[in-house]
Amino acid sequence: MTTTALPQPMAPSALTERRTIWRGLWRFCARRPVGAVAGLVCILLILVAIFAHQLAPYPPDALFPKFKLKPPSGAHLFGTDNLFRDMFSRILVGSQISLGVGFASVFVGTLLGTFFGLISGYARGWADLLINRLIDIVMAFPPLILAIFFISIFRATFFTVSLAIGIIIAPVTARIVRGAVLGVINLQYIEAAQALGSSHTRIMFRHVLPNVTAPIIVIASIQIGNAILAEAALSFLSLGIATDAHPSWGKMLQDSRSVWEQAWWTAVIPGAAISVAVLAFNMFGDALRDALDPRLRGS
Amino acid sequence: MAAAGGRVQGRAVTQYIIKRLLLAVLVLWIVSVIVFSAVRVIPGDVCKIVTAAPDVDARQCASIKHGLGLDKPVVTQYLGYMGGVLHGDFGTALISKRKVWPEIRTRIPLTIELAVLATVFAMVLALPIGIISAMRRDGPADYGLRLLTIGWLSIPGFWLGTMLIIYPAKWWGYSPPPGYTDIWHDPAKNLQQLYLPAIALGLALCASLARITRSSMLEVLRQDYVRTARAKGLVGRVVVTRHALKNAMIPVITLFAVQFGFLLGGTVVLESIFSLPGLGQLTLASVLIKDYPVVQGLVLFFATVLILINLLVDISYAWFDPRIRYA
Repeated sequence: MTTTALPQPMAPSALTERRTIWRGLWRFCARRPVGAVAGLVCILLILVAIFAHQLAPYPPDALFPKFKLKPPSGAHLFGTDNLFRDMFSRILVGSQISLGVGFASVFVGTLLGTFFGLISGYARGWADLLINRLIDIVMAFPPLILAIFFISIFRATFFTVSLAIGIIIAPVTARIVRGAVLGVINLQYIEAAQALGSSHTRIMFRHVLPNVTAPIIVIASIQIGNAILAEAALSFLSLGIATDAHPSWGKMLQDSRSVWEQAWWTAVIPGAAISVAVLAFNMFGDALRDALDPRLRGS
Repeated sequence: MAAAGGRVQGRAVTQYIIKRLLLAVLVLWIVSVIVFSAVRVIPGDVCKIVTAAPDVDARQCASIKHGLGLDKPVVTQYLGYMGGVLHGDFGTALISKRKVWPEIRTRIPLTIELAVLATVFAMVLALPIGIISAMRRDGPADYGLRLLTIGWLSIPGFWLGTMLIIYPAKWWGYSPPPGYTDIWHDPAKNLQQLYLPAIALGLALCASLARITRSSMLEVLRQDYVRTARAKGLVGRVVVTRHALKNAMIPVITLFAVQFGFLLGGTVVLESIFSLPGLGQLTLASVLIKDYPVVQGLVLFFATVLILINLLVDISYAWFDPRIRYA
């Protein structure tokens, strides 16, 4: 590689910036078609979750007295469960809790992880030491057991479940952000900002943070799948927030567990819904990682 | 020279281990404080839990609290509890009134065995998958295996576990012997009872280990010494197993330490699905009935195990890569 570095363009206008985003998106689709398809599935799932009540043919807790455990048919696409309810409607509405809690917990985890990772990488010294011990403490709990413990103390609500899963996620994000911060902290522009007398807060949030967003986005997208799985496990243990009128995929599996043997669709369909969602987010996250930050491979 | 260097390194290792041990004790102490205080701020009334009645009159409640020592100052309670823990006394269960530690101790072998089986299953499958994937990089085998492992990562363990119970029974009339047999009593029967939950528990671990093995191998295979080994005419297999693999193991071991916590958490779900009387089942049962002395003991126990595993992993780095210095 003997090519000389091209001079960086001066402050890009909003127009060229928008154009680069589109070009980046196009390049992503062309180079990682599988990732692009996965991304499309993710967007579809999100739309389904948002418009679940409009899309569902019946209310999720509507009873069909003549339809107990009927296999999939025209009237009931995914069949009916042991409590006379339409599985298709329940799967659609169930996506709200699965994806909602998934996103909320990744949001919480990313926020916490970024905050602590940024400080520990930037401040170093005793703050770094303190935050590292804090991470050690959180990681001393087996994740699912921490979540169960947390929920048993604070009762399950949308907020507590998301917070419980978010706390599991945060240490991983914090470590990765810390590593990324250490990578940029010694660059000249930081030194320049320091020389200009910028405050630490300003340097951290205006100069360091924008340069570690790639790993943050990547790790967040990879964690969505795990968060969905964690929520499903909690719901399956009846520790989630699902109700009759507001089912979740994990709770649907728990409710129909006794009839799985006679009615394959009650076992296969909610399980497949979880797997498809997790797979789509995993594959999209994977492609995003390869495109944005190849150093994170395997994390 | 070499001997002196070895001795210096040896002393550094000892110092490092002592430092890490002290740190582990510190973390464990803070964990105990957190768990202890968390259990005490729980909304809800101990009296109602103990008597399982909706209303308890104040006199009776006061005597229950006195019996549990809850009328003493919190610090005194904590010191009393920790003093007990150090002597192997984790208190008494609220509802069954049994001693907590014997309850936990009898369940340890099952959960440990399940975790070990799941780990062995994961490792035995993950290493070849990762290595083949790395050696056939971007070939059809690599794509196939990568698709397979990312698929495994997306399957909920509790779902797979239940399917493994139901469908072999339905299709082939196969089901493992019911219940749980002690491994020392009848090892063959014990393994038949545990291999299905171990597979369900270990599949996700296997997938993530295979993926990191692949990327770590790719990293190592690019190194000069691997090229040298090839150039001097060694067969590919020898190069991979003797030169590359050991060096590629550090990220794999690191990831394993992180994932082991997930494995322990997974036992909660799988033990209740397979009706195995282990620690996970006890955890779920005591959380549901809010038997806090048991929950507290279990969380402390799990944290200790996890901290020990991380300690062992940190120390094992030196064996895999003697260049690592413990300064």
